[in-house]
Amino acid sequence: MNHSDIKNIHLLSLKERIFKGLLVFAILTVILIVVALFLTLLINSWPSIKEFGIKFIYTSTWNPVKDQFGALPFIVGTLLTSFLALIICAPFSVALSLYLGEYFKSGLTSTVLQNAIELLAGIPSVIYGFWGLFVLVPIIRSLEMEIGVPPYGLGILSSSIILAVMIIPYSASVSREVISLVPGTLKEAAYSLGATRFEVIKKIILPYTWSGILAGIILALGRALGETMAVTMVIGNTNNLPTSIFSTGNTMASVIANEFTEAQGNIYLSSLIEIGLILFFITMIINFIGKRITKRFTL
Amino acid sequence: MGNNSLGFRKFKDSLFKALVVIFALVTTLPLIFILFYILKQGFSAINWHFLVSLPKPVGESGGGIANALVGTFLIVIVASILAIPVGIGAGIYLSEYKDSRLADWARSGLEVLNGTPSIVLGIMAYLLVVAPVKHFSAFSGSVALAFMMLPVIIRTTEETLKLMPETLKEAALALGTPYYRVILKVILPSGASGIITGIMLSVARIAGETAPLLFTAFGNQFMNYNIFKPTDSLPLLIFNYATSPYDNSHQLAWGASLILVFVILILNIFSKLAVKKWKVQF
Repeated sequence: MNHSDIKNIHLLSLKERIFKGLLVFAILTVILIVVALFLTLLINSWPSIKEFGIKFIYTSTWNPVKDQFGALPFIVGTLLTSFLALIICAPFSVALSLYLGEYFKSGLTSTVLQNAIELLAGIPSVIYGFWGLFVLVPIIRSLEMEIGVPPYGLGILSSSIILAVMIIPYSASVSREVISLVPGTLKEAAYSLGATRFEVIKKIILPYTWSGILAGIILALGRALGETMAVTMVIGNTNNLPTSIFSTGNTMASVIANEFTEAQGNIYLSSLIEIGLILFFITMIINFIGKRITKRFTL
Repeated sequence: MGNNSLGFRKFKDSLFKALVVIFALVTTLPLIFILFYILKQGFSAINWHFLVSLPKPVGESGGGIANALVGTFLIVIVASILAIPVGIGAGIYLSEYKDSRLADWARSGLEVLNGTPSIVLGIMAYLLVVAPVKHFSAFSGSVALAFMMLPVIIRTTEETLKLMPETLKEAALALGTPYYRVILKVILPSGASGIITGIMLSVARIAGETAPLLFTAFGNQFMNYNIFKPTDSLPLLIFNYATSPYDNSHQLAWGASLILVFVILILNIFSKLAVKKWKVQF
């Protein structure tokens, strides 16, 4: 080995180390972002946590003038719109996943439907909101006039319908996958005993896949909770506790979207950030539960 | 026999199938309505003037969305510059050092990041980038969007590289190729189409994002090329004009919606085609 060879080997090992170092740097960046996300939210909401304590989540005064903040109306608004959206979305999502995963696994209609659902998932939230504001809200308004409640048009119901449309692709894609995973032998055994397709679905497929379908719905819930723009545009943005599905309101995400840039003063901004922190925790827990169920399913 | 007669069972069977078909087809209605409505409203708004001129003051008719087009482009490019190198690097790490502790932490972290509502990421970008310098900027918006791109890029990079046959790597190593060259010259190029698909998907994901830009990029009535100044973007413009009371603003917003949906659909279609091509290869 002459001198230049040794130099080359040194250079090589240096390059190797630099390369490995860059990879480690990239992965550390990712970990750091998540840690920083949690820490910045916590530190910046600290003034509000210190000031209002646990009261923050069960009082419903939201008064920027007097610096009194309680997040209950927004927590209720978020839960109400999200669960209502889930209830509206569930039958469609199950039907869709049975259509694609059981009745028509291939063929023209299922390809078209599959693509349509993917497109639906790709449409930006702000456009759903825009459309909701100009098409859905007037429809809801005339409905409200029919049944004799104050015809705002905007409100919890409109938001929930828009949310339901937005989350169908997510819940349907998970449940379609688990439904198509049901072992053929199980279904064939039932058919050979003379079961109709409906009975196979009711007695074999649904019992076999219910946890997967549930996981799809939970993951969709995670989306619905954090959905901002569409909801902000059609919910009406009032800071009162909603009294019915026709009342206007605000969700955690929409109040942040509305008031963040106008928030004057430390404690106001800090309260909004604390709402962000709560939202972060709730979605994290919901997603965690959904992911655990799907993982158990694939095992 | 009553409830259990064959006729009744068959009836239930067909009824259920009919319900499934009806409910499944109804889910496509919103898509058709939305696309149709945007096309109807937006098409008349779009012309050359619309693409190259700035918005008029509120209440005046005419005007265009040139500032938002440039702004969107700027914000997305900067976000990509931030996210792509880190994303690919982290993806390589996850596929090469699958079982390391760092990889485990990063995977859990990515799961959290992926599920975090975009508005919360906007708050984070505000606190880290906007608050210290006390003014809104396109750059802070790009940071927020880069957080959203990372999970997609990392995941697709990791999945693509995992699909590479082990023999490919071994063959290159057996020729005496140094490890980093094996990764850079053999593994990455063979996985390029998968990784590019991931990048396109991540751009499609963020191109329509509004929430994280509300208090980072903020919006701007004027043309701006400086990434450290407030900048408009298509989704922001749609939000601001859609909620304004003027008909002319609504017209602009419909036109902008049509362009935005069109761009995102194209991105999605292209990345799907790339996925198909990719699957044929291996």
